[in-house]
Amino acid sequence: MDWGSLQAVLGGVNKHSTSIGKIWLTVLFIFRIMILVVAAERVWGDEQQDFVCNTLQPGCRNVCYDHFFPISHIRLWALQLIFVSTPALLVAMHVAYTRHEKKRRFRNGEKIDIEELKNEKIHIRGPLWWTYTSSIFFRIVFEAVFMYVFYYMYDGYQMPRLVKCNAWPCPNTVDCFVSRPTEKTTFTIFMLAVSGICMMLNLAELCYLVIKICMKEPRKTT
Amino acid sequence: MNWAGLYTVLSGVNRHSTAIGRIWLSVIFIFRIMVLVVAAESVWGDEKSAFTCNTQQPGCNSVCYDHFFPISHIRLWALQLILVTTPALLVAMHVAYQQHQEKKLLVLTGHGDPKHMEEVKKHKMRISGSLWWTYVCSVVFRLLFEAVFMYIFYMLYPGYQMVRLVKCEAYPCPNTVDCFISRPTEKTIFTVFMLVTSSICIVLNMAELVYLVVRACARRGQHSSNPPSGKGSFYGHKLSSEYKQNEINQLLTEQDGSIKDMLRRNPGLQEKGDRCSAC
Repeated sequence: MDWGSLQAVLGGVNKHSTSIGKIWLTVLFIFRIMILVVAAERVWGDEQQDFVCNTLQPGCRNVCYDHFFPISHIRLWALQLIFVSTPALLVAMHVAYTRHEKKRRFRNGEKIDIEELKNEKIHIRGPLWWTYTSSIFFRIVFEAVFMYVFYYMYDGYQMPRLVKCNAWPCPNTVDCFVSRPTEKTTFTIFMLAVSGICMMLNLAELCYLVIKICMKEPRKTT
Repeated sequence: MNWAGLYTVLSGVNRHSTAIGRIWLSVIFIFRIMVLVVAAESVWGDEKSAFTCNTQQPGCNSVCYDHFFPISHIRLWALQLILVTTPALLVAMHVAYQQHQEKKLLVLTGHGDPKHMEEVKKHKMRISGSLWWTYVCSVVFRLLFEAVFMYIFYMLYPGYQMVRLVKCEAYPCPNTVDCFISRPTEKTIFTVFMLVTSSICIVLNMAELVYLVVRACARRGQHSSNPPSGKGSFYGHKLSSEYKQNEINQLLTEQDGSIKDMLRRNPGLQEKGDRCSAC
């Protein structure tokens, strides 16, 4: 199971999304997952190997690295992307359940075309609307939580060049140097910007769904 | 999602591009992305581990490397290629929207059978009307991104040349130390190669822009001298004989304005000689 399989799973959900949802999915795959795989993983690839401390004391480097990088950016982004894309599976499950119900009615004697059932686009109405809206809400919450976790863990979004470490067994305070700090800061800001864009798209989709349902209600009552 | 995934996404767009657009896409994939993946990445693979400074001071290596290479060539090229290829998705989205509208129109006029739906998917969209503007915007964005990245490269690495030796005096390096870059000549060769292919792509994009503008002007000239015939759209000749003006009016008042746009764009959908009064 890798990013390709996630793409296959989510591609199916794409069919039942709104246009904004489709744009969001494209941005997620091209500007976040692809950048992560193609570029960011190489930048962080040597992060522990090239983390150098100004001491010969064995163990000091490991302890200092662990102290300043409790969880690497790459792993946090991977978790963020997985959490943010999985609420869409709620929608997929709901659609599958609706289809299953229709098939059951077909088996019980009602006349429904089975081929048409597989291909028809299900409109976002009724309980599916609630499932879809909850999935967008969860996406927004996960994005915000991870952006906060990044900010809290790394004191802002900038990667320092030099960190001063005095954890045991380092003698007194030692200077430790982070590898490729500028490149890492560039990519952190890039991923943050795209995360912000995704959040805006999700908010826009939420507004669109709410407005659509509000406009349908007066038509029904008149 | 990797370069192969991007290729799958973009080859769908290829169908609705001009001939120059297809050449551009091939140049991007073969001479830029493939060269990046197959060759350039191995040249830059040991850029940090083989960056050696003439000092034993811990940290001096890292700091000097970071000072002279704020962002690696490989990452810049990867970003450039992703940003340059994504405007094509605007066109893909517009085409998908137009196909959706055509399918809706077919269903409304009673031609919603699977054969017609397949035809909608397969037929090549003509680059005219709003699609022309979307296409031109995507080409302009491509040009802009290419130019911006070439400028960034020039600013970060003046002269596009990779030097053999850099002199570094950032803390904690004691005084000034000599630092040596790995494979500078090979890196210079690949930098120049990628620069040349980038320029070729810029030239192709400009040619495509000129071609689109000239074609649009030529079409406008043709239209002003000959009034539009009923064969404007793909479905014009199929549906015009079956349409009655009152049915069209009913459809238009019931549906949203996008159907009006569809009929306005495809005058052949109405009976010949009649003008749609609701348009």
